[in-house]
Amino acid sequence: MATQAITRRKLNEHEQKISKNGLTFHEDILANGHAGLQTNGRVQFSEEKTRAEPVKSRSKESFERIPFITAVLTHLGFYILMFLGFINQLLFTPKVAQEHNREGYAPLYENFDTFYLRYVYRRVRDCWNRPICSVPGATVTLKDRITKDYGWTFQFTGTTSECINLGSYNYLGFAEANGKCADQSIETLKKFGCANCSSRLELGNMPIHEELEQLTARFLGVEDAIVFGMGFATNALNLPSLVSKGCLVLSDEKNHASLILGLRLSGATVRVFKHNNVKHLEKCLKTAIVFGQPGTGEPWKKIVIIVEGVYSMEGSIVHLPEILQLKKKYKAYLYLDEAHSTGALGEHGRGVCDYYKINPREVDILMGTFTKSFGSAGGYIAGTKTLINHLRIHSHAHTYAAAMSPPIAQQIITSMKIISGEDGTDDGNRRTKQLARNTRYFRRRLNQIGVIIYGNEDSPVVPMLVYLFSKIGAVVRTLTTYNIAAVGVGFPATPLMEGRIRFCLSAAHTKQQLDYVLLHIERLADSLGLRYSRKIRDPMPIEYYSDGETE
Amino acid sequence: MSTKFLFIEPINILSIIPQYHILLAAFLIMWLTWFISKRYYSRDRMLTEDEVEKKLAEWNPEPLINNPQMNHISLNPRRIMSRAGKKIVVDGKDCLNLGTHNYLGLTENNEIEKNAIAAIRKYGVGSCGPRGFYGTVDVHLELEERLANYTDTEEAVVYSYGFSTISSAIAAYCKRRDLVFVDEQVNFAIQKGLDASKTNIIYFKHNDANDLQNLLVKQAKIDEQNPKKATKIKRFLIIEGIYMNTGNICPLPELVALCRQYKLRIFIDESISFGTVGKHGKGITEHFGIPKQEIDMIMGSLDWAMGSIGGFCVGTSFIIEHQRLSGLGYCFSASLPPLLTTAAITSLDIMKNNPQIFKSLRDNCVAINEGLQNIHCLECSSFPESPVKHVYLKNKKDRAAEEQLLSKISNRCIENNLAIITPVYLEAEKNLPRPSLRLCISTLLNKSDIDFAVNVLKKCAEEVLSVE
Repeated sequence: MATQAITRRKLNEHEQKISKNGLTFHEDILANGHAGLQTNGRVQFSEEKTRAEPVKSRSKESFERIPFITAVLTHLGFYILMFLGFINQLLFTPKVAQEHNREGYAPLYENFDTFYLRYVYRRVRDCWNRPICSVPGATVTLKDRITKDYGWTFQFTGTTSECINLGSYNYLGFAEANGKCADQSIETLKKFGCANCSSRLELGNMPIHEELEQLTARFLGVEDAIVFGMGFATNALNLPSLVSKGCLVLSDEKNHASLILGLRLSGATVRVFKHNNVKHLEKCLKTAIVFGQPGTGEPWKKIVIIVEGVYSMEGSIVHLPEILQLKKKYKAYLYLDEAHSTGALGEHGRGVCDYYKINPREVDILMGTFTKSFGSAGGYIAGTKTLINHLRIHSHAHTYAAAMSPPIAQQIITSMKIISGEDGTDDGNRRTKQLARNTRYFRRRLNQIGVIIYGNEDSPVVPMLVYLFSKIGAVVRTLTTYNIAAVGVGFPATPLMEGRIRFCLSAAHTKQQLDYVLLHIERLADSLGLRYSRKIRDPMPIEYYSDGETE
Repeated sequence: MSTKFLFIEPINILSIIPQYHILLAAFLIMWLTWFISKRYYSRDRMLTEDEVEKKLAEWNPEPLINNPQMNHISLNPRRIMSRAGKKIVVDGKDCLNLGTHNYLGLTENNEIEKNAIAAIRKYGVGSCGPRGFYGTVDVHLELEERLANYTDTEEAVVYSYGFSTISSAIAAYCKRRDLVFVDEQVNFAIQKGLDASKTNIIYFKHNDANDLQNLLVKQAKIDEQNPKKATKIKRFLIIEGIYMNTGNICPLPELVALCRQYKLRIFIDESISFGTVGKHGKGITEHFGIPKQEIDMIMGSLDWAMGSIGGFCVGTSFIIEHQRLSGLGYCFSASLPPLLTTAAITSLDIMKNNPQIFKSLRDNCVAINEGLQNIHCLECSSFPESPVKHVYLKNKKDRAAEEQLLSKISNRCIENNLAIITPVYLEAEKNLPRPSLRLCISTLLNKSDIDFAVNVLKKCAEEVLSVE
């Protein structure tokens, strides 16, 4: 007992020291009172808990700072890559297609872009766009390909390799070729065909679409919903009918490209606030209200806050309770993009609102996609009857784009009924629990290994920071040799210094599979030097909660 | 040198350097101080709580939805209770289908259905990821290869949504400083692509090559003033093969000649014309016999003739490769579900193996066109071989009246077992097309179907218009 107390005190002092330096924690997270992290694969500190302000949003997030030396090395590594690329460009002609018969035309592409693609990105090109030839379930079969000319071209070897799939967004494991979902989709396909060659407003409106819309509204607990054939287009083609010139949009800096495109099309003024930073958001709101529109000083027509439920590159969960308070206080509206959270978060798989136990009707506009948790394609917008009616009249996608394919819609209906338990089984419940368990276990184990991972401990998206550009390639390639499929993300998709490997967990993964993956990550961490974290590691083995236990 | 001189030296410099230099430096320092202080104060000026609260109390934001509508016609679209094939059940009425873009009659094809089912059994329903992140299924690569082969181009890229294909592809090339010449009647997807690119747009009159030439000449004069800058401006021409909003075919040979003369890159939206015109259904270039290398990019849709969902772009590798990292709808969206990809591959096979379907489609289009000319209260100026026909009222009226009459005719037709609709447009359109009835002709129609369709339309139109 005594020794334990001493170690604990020592660890505690250490913890305070590093957090005072502001190195371990993201400052804003600390300031928000989300000191959190208590159970995140590390020793628990009771003292920490009492000192912390009351935690409003249950949010347990970590954005550990990059060690200084790594930052220097990352920059250096990147410049070396650029320099080598530059020399390469001088010495060797690129093996790419040239434009013919277009002499005297203005060049189509920017010089830097082509340089970057050809001489920097090409070196790691084999880590992306890997073709698969199976269901993207718990495992996925990759088509093996090789390059004989350093990434300019690829050839298929004719062989395949089955990998544990940590790359696909198959959160609840509904990517299945057999079983209820597939069977019912096939039935619908037989009855209604693949497509009906018309937009919803013309001759494309089928009862199955209406059924799906009603089910979605019921699932989310709101008045009405409208569905579209593509998730990306749901954002890009509906935002223009919701905000317009004279409106202010406060958008999180890590928002998805589809939201940014939609805002660009809308003509509204956009201001970006720091990622998940409630204080900065409040400051932006205050400034907006006091100063009004630039130039004229007229008050804004309306202010809309746009956030995502789970950020797919950061693994963080939106601080919804605080943002809702701000929204109410400053009379703004809230647009919540649940592309990655619907189905994957919350006790009942209903998304962020369920996770925070918030009434979904408090959020003005709920948007989400069917690609991820439901194993299908498309997107929805849900909210009040007034809102949805407005979209039915003014939405670009609803008016012009082809209606959702019937078998695709059926897949969503079946999987949604399973998640909500309307099918009369506890399969959905089992899946959401399994995902939560996998998430906690995997994140804690990674923390224990000592790699830096970003985001909330309940988020099934787990970005593991490797920083250096070349390490992204090295990790992805090495994992593939051990039959593990993961996604690497680097500049320009992330900031220069924050190259990362992203793992997406699924309810379909078993503990054995995760253990196998973790074993290889641990080995990689040693051989490539990925143990960047300076947090204290939990010396005790991490438990994988069994079925009976609930957290 | 003694230390004394060291102090004097800097002062000496003042007398050596010219006066204006000192003034300039002083001015620069003053300006810098002013600039920094301005930025500092304006950005970080502490807003007092009182000020915020006062403003907040004064501020009455607009409601999220300005004028909620509960009875708009769009809120109750027609319900389709069956497969949309040659026949379609609209609101319980069994109709001959001239309403959906099922030109090749592929929605009822058994082979497509069989292969799509096999695809579900092999790949599941969704692809669960974007193309970059394990969302590239082997069928996507196959479809891309087949499309490139079929259209005699080097490379193809497949998107998961027809609308986003067009808008993403345009925005991937046209940038802020570029110059884009566009037909004024282009469809909404092209308009949105141009909006997203924030490029400089010059509209020319619908299908008028002379007007385009005038505009190009005018631009050439402007360019003469600053030739250096002019060589850096990328120029594009964006047109449709067959226009969705008018049913007219573009005068491609004239336009291509202009493009070569004035160094424009040409992008064609072949959503309608691909799979419908040309001897092998290869689209507008085959129809006019224009070599593929004259066209920089062809965008198409899998939604209509192909009987699937999605879109594609074909062209040289030099052009198309760029979209794999810059096409927003390609990079950031989940890939096309494998079952729909397989359906599109099978459609291509059918198109390749049965070129006679294009001939019968063309015959049907011409036959309908002839029939329409006999309806005297209506007029149709669409291209005779176009599978999309817009029928207008002969006597022009104001927009609302025309809309009302046409929708009455459409309803009457559906009551009489013929599905013909009025196309729906948003007010956000650049040039709102004139209200019309739209006929989509399928290769499956036979002589008696065509007679039936023309007769019913004639009867209904005359009945409705005689009441006027």
